[in-house]
Formats: sequence, C-alpha cells, structure tokens
Amino acid sequence: MGEDADTRKINHSFLRDHNYVTEADIISTVEFNQTGELLATGDKGGRVVIFQREPESKNEPNCQGEYNVYSTFQSHEPEFDYLKSLEIEEKINKIRWLPQQNAAHFLLSTNDKTIKLWKVSERDKRPEGYNLKDEEGRLKDLSTVTSLQVPVLKPMDLMVEVSPRRIFANAHTYHVNSISVNSDCETYMSADDLRINLWHLAITDRSFNIVDIKPANMEDLTEVITAAEFHPYHCNLFVYSSSKGTLRLCDMRASALCDKHSKLFEEPEDPSNRSFFSEIISSISDVKFSHSGRYLLTRDYLTVKVWDLNMENKPIETYQVHDYLRSKLCSLYENDCIFDKFECAWNGTDSVIMTGAYNNFFRMFDRNTKRDVTLEASRESSKPRAVLKPRRVCTGGKRRKDDISVDSLDFTKKILHTAWHPAENIIAIAATNNLYIFQDKVNSEVH
Amino acid sequence: QCEEEWANFTPNWLLVRTKRKFSDNEDIVEENPVSIKVMSSYNLQRQSLLDMSLIKLQLCHMLAEPNLCRSVLIANTVRQIQEEMTLDGSWPVMTETLNTNQNPSDRLIATEILCRTSKDCEEEKTFSVVTYDNLHTEEVLEDSLCITSTEEVPVFLPNTFGAWEREDLKKNSDDSKPTDQVFGAFELKSPVATPDPSIDELFSDVDTSYYDLDTMLTGIHGTPKMGPYDLLDSLSSSHSPSSVTSNLSCRSDLNELDHIMEIIVGS
Repeated sequence: MGEDADTRKINHSFLRDHNYVTEADIISTVEFNQTGELLATGDKGGRVVIFQREPESKNEPNCQGEYNVYSTFQSHEPEFDYLKSLEIEEKINKIRWLPQQNAAHFLLSTNDKTIKLWKVSERDKRPEGYNLKDEEGRLKDLSTVTSLQVPVLKPMDLMVEVSPRRIFANAHTYHVNSISVNSDCETYMSADDLRINLWHLAITDRSFNIVDIKPANMEDLTEVITAAEFHPYHCNLFVYSSSKGTLRLCDMRASALCDKHSKLFEEPEDPSNRSFFSEIISSISDVKFSHSGRYLLTRDYLTVKVWDLNMENKPIETYQVHDYLRSKLCSLYENDCIFDKFECAWNGTDSVIMTGAYNNFFRMFDRNTKRDVTLEASRESSKPRAVLKPRRVCTGGKRRKDDISVDSLDFTKKILHTAWHPAENIIAIAATNNLYIFQDKVNSEVH
Repeated sequence: QCEEEWANFTPNWLLVRTKRKFSDNEDIVEENPVSIKVMSSYNLQRQSLLDMSLIKLQLCHMLAEPNLCRSVLIANTVRQIQEEMTLDGSWPVMTETLNTNQNPSDRLIATEILCRTSKDCEEEKTFSVVTYDNLHTEEVLEDSLCITSTEEVPVFLPNTFGAWEREDLKKNSDDSKPTDQVFGAFELKSPVATPDPSIDELFSDVDTSYYDLDTMLTGIHGTPKMGPYDLLDSLSSSHSPSSVTSNLSCRSDLNELDHIMEIIVGS
C-alpha cells in the first residue's frame, strides 16, 4: 500500500484529547448527532459528556472548528437489585441522538436495564425587572412599588441545562446492548440479549416486544442477540445480529412479533478454517446500516464485512482487521480478549469503513480503492496538529522500522468505540479513558 | 482440525508436567500390563481447552451478573468439544482410580464430573482417567462403553444459565430425564448414584450454581470428599498462575454468597 501517497491525501491532525484517570472514566460509547455539531460520550461511571463543535472562525478560515465540552451530567447511577442480590452497573452502553426538531437536543442513553431520554437545552437569557420580586428573588415590600414595569429578557452567560424527560424502565430482564431511533422520530427500539422491545418516545409504561429468541428451556439457549438497528429511512425495517454470526432483517408490517425474519444473512463457514473457536469469532459484535440504507456493515472478531441487503448468502466485501490473531485464538480465549466487542462505522458517503483493534490501533478501509490503513490513537505517537503516521503490524516476514510485532501488541489497549462525523472527515476514537478527535485537513484547504 | 494452530499453543505448565512425568513414571509404566496409548498433543490441548472452558463457566457464576453472550459462547464451545470427543471415542468416563490414593489435585475436575452411564456402573470396569500426571489412557473404543450411540452423552455444565433463570430451576429439579439435559444441574449427577433427596430439596428452589460442584462431587461413588474450595485448589494447581488470583476472589465470593444465602433461606 502506498503509504506516502495516502498521507499526502489524507492528513489527520490530532486536535484534542481529554485525559481521565479513574476506571469510572473508561469511555463506553461515542456518538455524533445527526449534524455532527454535537458529540456525546458515555462512560463506565454513568456519566455523559457532550462536546460541541465551535463554529468556524471567520478570522481564520482554515481553522476547523474544535470540539469543546458543552455539558456533563450523570445519566445513570449504580443500582442494586435486591431480589437477585446483583448490582446493576451504571455503565452507559449506548447513546443515540434524536433528530433535532426544535431548539433543544434530545438523546437516549442506556445502561444494562434502563433507558433515559434527556433534553439538552440552552439558556442564554433571563428575565429581569419583576414587579413583585427583587433581583435576588426576594419578595418586595409592596409599599415600595410605585410603578409597574414589564420584565425584559436580558442576555446572560450561556447555560446548558440537561433534564431527564422520560425513564423507560423495567422492560428488560437481560442486558440492553443496543438502542436505535426509528426514522419516524416517534418510536425507538431497545435490544437485550434475548429480546427486542419497541417503545414510543412519549410512553414509558408500556413497550411492545417485537423479537423474542428466549427458548422455553434456558438450557437450550445457544444464541443471543448482539446488536440491533433500524433502517435509516424505512421505518418498518430493522436488523439484528446474533452470536452465531447471522443477521436478520425484519419487517414490522409482517407481524406483531417479528420472530420470523424477512431475510437471513449468513455466510457459510469456511471448512478450511474450522476450529473450536470458529463460532466465537463469527459472533457479530456490531451492525450498522449504511447511510444509503442499501448496505449493512458488520464486525466480528477478525473481520468487517459489507452486506448488500439484496444478497443474503454472503457479504459483498470482507476486510481483515487483524488476521495475524488467527493463530493466537487460544490465548485470546484464555484471557477473554476473544469476547471483546468492537464497533464499526461508515463515513458519511459510505465509501470508507472504520473499526478499532488492539494496541490503540484503529483501521480504515476504503471500499473504492481497496486500500486500508492502520493508525494509532495515543498521546505518545501523536502531537497536536500532527499528521498521524500509518502503523504496521509485522507478522514475521520482513520487518520494517517502526513495525510492531504481534507479540508486543498491548491487548489491554483496545479501541472498541469509534464514531464518524455524519458528513465530514472527522472521527472520534475512544481509547480506554481517552477521547481522540481526528480531523481531515483536506477539506479546509479546499475552502 | 487446525493442527497448526494447536501446535502453537502448548502452555508451559503442560509441557513441563508432561516431560517430568514421562521420566518419573517410566518404571511404573512398564509394569502396567494394560496397553498404554499416549494421548496425542491435539487431544491434550483439546482437553485443556475443555477444562479452561468449564472453569470459565464456573467463574461466570461468581460474578455479579454474568455476561450472557460470553456464557453462551463458552457453553457452545464445550458442547462442540464434547461432541467431537464422543465421536472419536475419547470421552473419558468415571473410573475406579478415584478410589486409589491419587492426589486429587492431579486429577482434572473436568473428567471427574462426567457422568457415568448406567452400564459403566454395573460392570465396574477399570478405566483410566485421562490425567496430565499419568499421561496414559486406555483405548476406550475397545470397550465401547463411553459411546452412548443414540443418546446424547450428558455433559456436566453446572447450571450455566441458572443465574438468569431461577424459575427454571424448579422445573429442572422435577425433571427426571437426565440424559436430555445438557445444562441442568441435579439431573447430571451420576444417574446411578443414589440421589440424595435431602440435598435436592434443600436446593430445589434456590439458585444453586455455586453449590453444584459440591453436591456433584459428594454424589459420586468413591470420590474423596471435596468441598468447593478444594475444587478450586485442584483447579488452580493444574492451571497457570493467572487463575490463582481469580480463585482467591472466587473463594471470597463464595463466602459472601454463603452469607447471602443464609439471609435468604433464613437459617
């Protein structure tokens, strides 16, 4: 791969990182809103941090807007289930933004059991000149009031208010792994290991169960739901992935309970690669519709695959993320890394796909040129505004300078959560407790 | 199978043990009249994978709320191994050697807790348990006792999903068809061993995932009595040091659970 050529074309500048130090600060989800103006992160401590992109400065047209902290709030608290004597983690599993319909922003955040709808609004004015209250809010002595005035709105320092508007609780026995807002902007779904529920955003005391794969006898359980998503514009279609590497496309018009899929996407197993770990590495950890709605992107342990909705028997593209791990599966099973759930992402035009890996590496695949690149998200290897250097993992062949050998990969540094700006080449990478935002400089030069 | 992959993975502790035992037991081996087949490297590694998986499932129960996806994947792996081992006839069976003075820590718990078929118990045949120490196994195919052809050989997988479904436990303990269950707890005690009704009653409506191994082991004929802590000890001595620390935390978790159980059961 012509690395030099690529770095000329795609320059990534390291803009900002936030260094948290405690385990509660491990980032567990990252999500841009529909315009890309806002970026939300959730962490293991149940907090949500929202970043806002600064508008481009007119003075420096080449300076792209940077992301600054907009608001921080505690979304979920740890709970204790007294009946089962079990703790319910406050870790935020997923955040999804609602499409913006007025001045306020709304987002859904979920932990293992409870989904919450939050309203994020700005306040930059406040009323002054009350007749009955003074500036501090104390009641005035009426005898001092000699004339009436109309209160006026005066500007104040910007305040971002976040308030919980709905709490959708008690609908999941198992751990919620996905939420997805429907294109109708009225409903959304939440998926746990065995069931998917459909909610109306305004109704919290009821939800419809639309998928249930729980067997009558739990001992017959061999497959769980790993991710689910609504189609970007067909409000009746959704997809869910399983631990056996299958994708099921369901149509809610067909029946109330969508246990019968409309389409089943499954690639037949490669007999030459068969091992005891075949099933585990085929388990799909994330599924995303393309922006076009025509394709599906899935991530399993070693690959990312692109599926065409019109072809169920195999993916149209398969990209190797870290095939050098194939001979290490037993060790990775022993240390549980084989169960790591990596996410995947499309860029705005569906031409490039991205996913994380180990050693704080993340990978990008250009679907058109078939080129791929490995980049690293770490403070040591990136200085602010520097161009990211492509990395290479050497698997025993010719070793170049700066190559990392497979055996020196740090498996504790995993990039599970990544997000791509819906329109521009800006990516957010969560590396344990650090958030990295990388931006492509090319666009700004074009302006 | 992916022989190449297996060739790359041989944990050090296994290599050391096998080398040492080969040299130590040479004299004994010669005296043993029964024909000895040394387990192939693949079989050893498959066995260690099975053990590892069972430990992972056990440790699953020690956590607050186990990751269901992970549990399912591990359980499926165990099933796969068991199916393959059943097909090639190397699925080990209960053995008289349990009555010998073998050091329990040398035995693999995985093989101990396997079910005897009723035939085995009647005939009281002598089979060797596959152990890392002795490194010999009789050709069980010759006796064809461990091949329960049409029946699915029951696998002991201590109430894998019990933490998720307490209500299922009640149904399971009433069910008297052991060979159908893969994940049931009590049915998979040796079907021939007289089930201890008092133990069953005590645990029938309670999540017993922590107690499974204990009751299992006490229900097996001739097994030296071992409590759950002994079990963890024996497991840890057979496996890499990294599992020792998790065993310690298991122990404290078991203590905690005991305490919680007391409160719930009201004893």
